Amino acid sequence: MNVGIEHYLTVSIILFCLGLLGVVVRRNLLVIYMGLELMLNAANLALVAFSRFNNDLDGQVFVFFIITVAAAEVSVGLALIVALYRKRRTAHVEDLTLMKL
Amino acid sequence: MTLVAIPWIVLFLPLLAAALITLFTWQDRKLSAGLSIAAVITGFVLTLLYVGLTGWHTTRESVLTWLAIGDFQVDFGLRLDSLSTLMMLLVTGVASAIHVYSWGYMNEDPGFSRFFAYLSLFTTSMLGIVLANNFVELFIFWELVGVSSYLLVGFWFERPAAADAGKKAFLTNRIGDFGFLLGILTVWSTLGSLNFSVLQQKLLADPQALGGLATAAGLLIFCGAVGKSAQFPLHVWLPDAMEGPTPVSALIHAATMVAAGVYMLCRVFFLLNNPALEVISWVGGFTALFSALIAVQQNDIKRILAYSTLSQLGYMVMGVGLHGPKEAMFHLSTHAFFKALLFLGAGSVILALHHEQDIWKMGGLRKKMPVTYWTFLVGTLALAGVVPFSGFYSKDAILGLAADQHAYGRFALGVVVAVLTTFYMFRLVFVAFGGAVRSDAAGHAHESPPVILFPLRILAFFSVIGGVIGIENVYAAHVYAAQFPPGQSLSLLQQIVGPFAEAPLAASLGLLAVAVGFFAAYSLYANATKDPLPEKLGALALWMRNRFYVDELYEATFIRLHDCLAAIADWIDRWLIAGVAVRGVHGTTEIIGRTLRELQTGNLQTYAFLFALGVALLLLFMLR
Repeated sequence: MNVGIEHYLTVSIILFCLGLLGVVVRRNLLVIYMGLELMLNAANLALVAFSRFNNDLDGQVFVFFIITVAAAEVSVGLALIVALYRKRRTAHVEDLTLMKL
Repeated sequence: MTLVAIPWIVLFLPLLAAALITLFTWQDRKLSAGLSIAAVITGFVLTLLYVGLTGWHTTRESVLTWLAIGDFQVDFGLRLDSLSTLMMLLVTGVASAIHVYSWGYMNEDPGFSRFFAYLSLFTTSMLGIVLANNFVELFIFWELVGVSSYLLVGFWFERPAAADAGKKAFLTNRIGDFGFLLGILTVWSTLGSLNFSVLQQKLLADPQALGGLATAAGLLIFCGAVGKSAQFPLHVWLPDAMEGPTPVSALIHAATMVAAGVYMLCRVFFLLNNPALEVISWVGGFTALFSALIAVQQNDIKRILAYSTLSQLGYMVMGVGLHGPKEAMFHLSTHAFFKALLFLGAGSVILALHHEQDIWKMGGLRKKMPVTYWTFLVGTLALAGVVPFSGFYSKDAILGLAADQHAYGRFALGVVVAVLTTFYMFRLVFVAFGGAVRSDAAGHAHESPPVILFPLRILAFFSVIGGVIGIENVYAAHVYAAQFPPGQSLSLLQQIVGPFAEAPLAASLGLLAVAVGFFAAYSLYANATKDPLPEKLGALALWMRNRFYVDELYEATFIRLHDCLAAIADWIDRWLIAGVAVRGVHGTTEIIGRTLRELQTGNLQTYAFLFALGVALLLLFMLR
C-alpha cells in the first residue's frame, strides 16, 4: 500500500475530531485540555504532511514553533487549572459557572 | 474728560450701585440703600450739570461699536438731544425722589438691600432706553426694564398674588415685545439700518422708502408700546402690578416703564405714517376712556391710581397719534410729577394705616395727615387739570391738538375722559381724606416721617409749576427744529394764560369738564359712607367694578386656549416623543438584547461547540 497524503490527512482529521469531541462533551477540565492538545497535534500532523509532500520545509519549521508555544501554553494552562482546583476544589466545568447570569 | 462722558457715567452709575449691593454690601442695609440713593442723585446732579454746560439744543452721539457681523453693525451708543436730555433729567429726578422715599417706606422690610439693588437696576434700564441711539440697544434695555419690573412687582414673592402679578407683567409685555421685534426686523430688512439718525435721514430723503410695509412696520413697533405702556388690549398687567411695593408703583407709573412706550413712539415718530398714527390715536383714546370708566368704581387706593395712569397713558398715546409727540412728551413729563406724587401720597396713607388700601376704610385723614393731604390734593388738581397746575397745560395741549386737526371724535373722548378723571380723583379724595373716620386703623393714623414727606413736597412743587417752566418748548425744539427757530421766550403770565389765547375751545371745555367732574363727585361723595353709584348705575357699575371682565375674558379665551395647546404639547411630548421615539428605541434595543442574552449560556463547551460548528459551516461554504 502506497501511503499518500490522503492517509496523513485522514489521520489528522480523525485526531482533530476526536479532540474536538473531547473538548465538547467531557466535563473534566484536564480531559478538555488533553482534547485541545490532541487538536493541536492533529494540525501539526497535517502541516508536516503538507510539508513533506510539497517538498517545502516551511511547514516543519511552523510545527517546531507550534510545539514550543504549545509547551509554554500547556504549562500556563495547567498552572491555571491547578490554581483553580486549589481554590474551588473542583475541576468540573459544571461547577465553574461564575460568568453565567 | 469730555462732556459726553457725563451721560455715560449717569447711565452706568446705578448699575454699578446695583452690582456693588448684590455682590458686596447686601448685608449692610444702610450702606446698600445709601449707595443706591447716592448713585441716582449723583446721576441727577450730573445731568443738570450736563444741561447747564451744553444747553438743551445740542445734538450729540457717542458711539462704541458693539458687534459687527458682515455689513451689519450694532452700536452701543448714546443719542443726546433735547428729547433724551430732558427725559434723562425727568427719570433721574423722579427716581431720586422715589429712592429717598423708599428709605422711609421700606425701612421695616427684610429685603431692604435687595429692593435698592433692583431699583438701581431699573433706573439704569430706563436710562438705557432713553439714551439708546439704535433699535437693538433700545430693545435690550427695553427687555431689561421688563426684567427689573418683574423683580420689583414680584418683590414680595412669598405672596402668591405678587409673584403672579410679576409673571403677568412680564408675559404680557413679552406679547407686545414680540410685535416690536418683528417691527424692528421689518425696518432693518427694508431700510438696512437700525440707527435712529440714519433711519431718519433715509426717510427724509425718500419718504416712501418703507414702501408697502410702512403701516405694518409702524403698527408692529406700536405693539411694543402697547405692551410697555399698557394700552388696550394689553393693559391687564398694570393694575395687577400694584402688588409691588408702593414706591415701585410710583416708579413704574411715573417716569419709567410705562413712559418708555410713549417715549419710544416719540423717538421713532418719523417712522410712523398717517394710517398707523390714526390707529395709534384711536387705541390711545379708547384706552383712556375705558380705564377711566373702570377707575370710577375701584375701591383700592392704588388701583384707582393705576387705572388713572392707564387712562393718562391713553391720552399720551392719543397725542402721539394726533401727530403730537411734543404734546405727548409734555403730558408725560407733567404726569411723571403728579403721578409719582399721588402714588407716594397713597403710599404714605397706606403706611400710616398699616397696609390698609380700601378707601372706604379710611376717611377723615385730612386732619390726621395734613402734609400728605395737601400734597395729594395738589396732585389731584394737577391730574384733573385745574388752572394753573401742570396737568391743565399738558392735557390742554393734547385736546388743542385734536381740535386743530378737526378730530372731533377723539376731542370728545378726551373731554369725557377729563370729566371722569376729575370725578374719580375727587371721589378718592373725598372718601379717603374727607368725611368721618370709618375704621380703627384710620382713627389711629398719624403723619408719616419727614423722609417720606420731603419727596412729596418736592414733587408737589413741580406738579404745580411743571406746566409753565417751558418743558414744552424743549420738546418742540426737538420735533420742529427744522421748521422753527428755537422758541421765543414768553413771560410767566403769558404762559399761564397761553392756552386760552391759543385754543380757547379746548381750554374752556377742559375746564368745564373739571367743573362737571368735581361737582358730580362732590354731590355724590362729599359725605358718603358707602358708594351710591352701584344703585344708580346698576349693571354698568358692576361691569366697571369688575374691570369690564377683561381679565375673565382672557382667562376664558387666551389662557384656556393656551392651556389646551400646552396640554396637547404635553401629550405629544409625553407619548409621542418620550413614549414612541425615546422609549421605543430603548425598548427595542432592550428586547433584542434580552433575546440575544439567552445565547450566552456561560457554558464554555457550548461556545466551543458553536465555534467549531461555525468554522465547519464556513469551510463548507468556502470549499463548495
